[in-house]
Amino acid sequence: MEYIQLILRSIFIDNLALSFFLGMCTFLAVSKRVSTAIGLGIAVIVVQTITLPVNNLILNHVLKDSVLFDGVSLTFLSLISFIGVIAAMVQILEMTLDRYFPPLYNALGIFLPLITVNCAILGGSLFMEQRDYNFTQSLCYGFGSGTGWALAIILLAAVRERCKYSHIPAGLRGLGIAFITVGLIAMAFMTFSGI
Amino acid sequence: MSDYKEIIVKPIFRNNPILLQILGICSALAVTTKLETAITMSIAVTIVTACSSAVISLIRNFIPDSIRMIVQMVVIASFVIVVDQILKAYAFEISRQLSVFVGLIITNCILMGRAEAFAMKNPPVASFLDGIGNGLGYSLVLVVLAGIRELLGSGKLLGFTLFQTVNDGGWFQPWGIMLLAPSAFFLIGFLIWILRTFDPSQIEE
Repeated sequence: MEYIQLILRSIFIDNLALSFFLGMCTFLAVSKRVSTAIGLGIAVIVVQTITLPVNNLILNHVLKDSVLFDGVSLTFLSLISFIGVIAAMVQILEMTLDRYFPPLYNALGIFLPLITVNCAILGGSLFMEQRDYNFTQSLCYGFGSGTGWALAIILLAAVRERCKYSHIPAGLRGLGIAFITVGLIAMAFMTFSGI
Repeated sequence: MSDYKEIIVKPIFRNNPILLQILGICSALAVTTKLETAITMSIAVTIVTACSSAVISLIRNFIPDSIRMIVQMVVIASFVIVVDQILKAYAFEISRQLSVFVGLIITNCILMGRAEAFAMKNPPVASFLDGIGNGLGYSLVLVVLAGIRELLGSGKLLGFTLFQTVNDGGWFQPWGIMLLAPSAFFLIGFLIWILRTFDPSQIEE
């Protein structure tokens, strides 16, 4: 029950994109079409679900206070090891997909490198460290926050596809209106916060 | 000499990383509910961008092309760790408010963008100044956003009350939404709108 709550919470209330503004660069750049948004969304869910538990293991079994050496805390290295794990995981995932699931690789391939520098992924790991999740919790949080991000980008892409045919003031066209749309979606998501 | 001046000034106004290149927005939105955190974040980003650009530019001729991303990432991450530790030691309260966003400077696209686009091709001094210029461009937007949000959201600037709020017996009814997530999106949207009205060459088709 606690885990379901964590998943729901990370999808709707603590949405990474809409309430923590993570992964905004890719969020705005790749949300022009629904089909590409779905591809990127799935890639984020997969990478997030894998990297969070792995980072959790590294944090708890290597970096924490007095685990490796007595009286030595290596947590100041967490940033650099998280980003290393993320880059490595993305690379491995890319190679695995390329070798065993070529159609999937063709669909997701171009998005995977983008994910390395997507702050939603690193942000997820840092929140995990800050909130002191255990292994199962971080697995749930990874899945939930990835799904929340994917949901947000797909919603935005759907709205932007329809905006293409409407009359928007010249200066707002493109990014300007995208920001305002995200703002409105974020407001809509705030209504979930009572759950 | 005028070259160097050009390098610093250009990214602040004509080629602003946030408003025109749309890089590094994540942190720009998240830390701007208060002017104090925004200023701290601006300083941190400017320092990290300048130093990492300079270092990457110093070693640019020794970096093999195939692993340049990783090398850039490691250089940037090292500087971010230094900044993070310094903030924790000397400004703990602000560092707690900034929470994960100091760490997220690593994935701030401005840093990778400048490293890749400028520092890999230019000498260290120019790269250092380019980093400062882009950092200042980022800071400018952050400070403007944070100023508007803090003033309208709580009637204060840097903790000093400018507008006496209704709760304290004054006249100003705070705009609660300014402290919440959506307002940041609206404000950046409007900033882009204003900018593009004055500079029509930026309008998208």
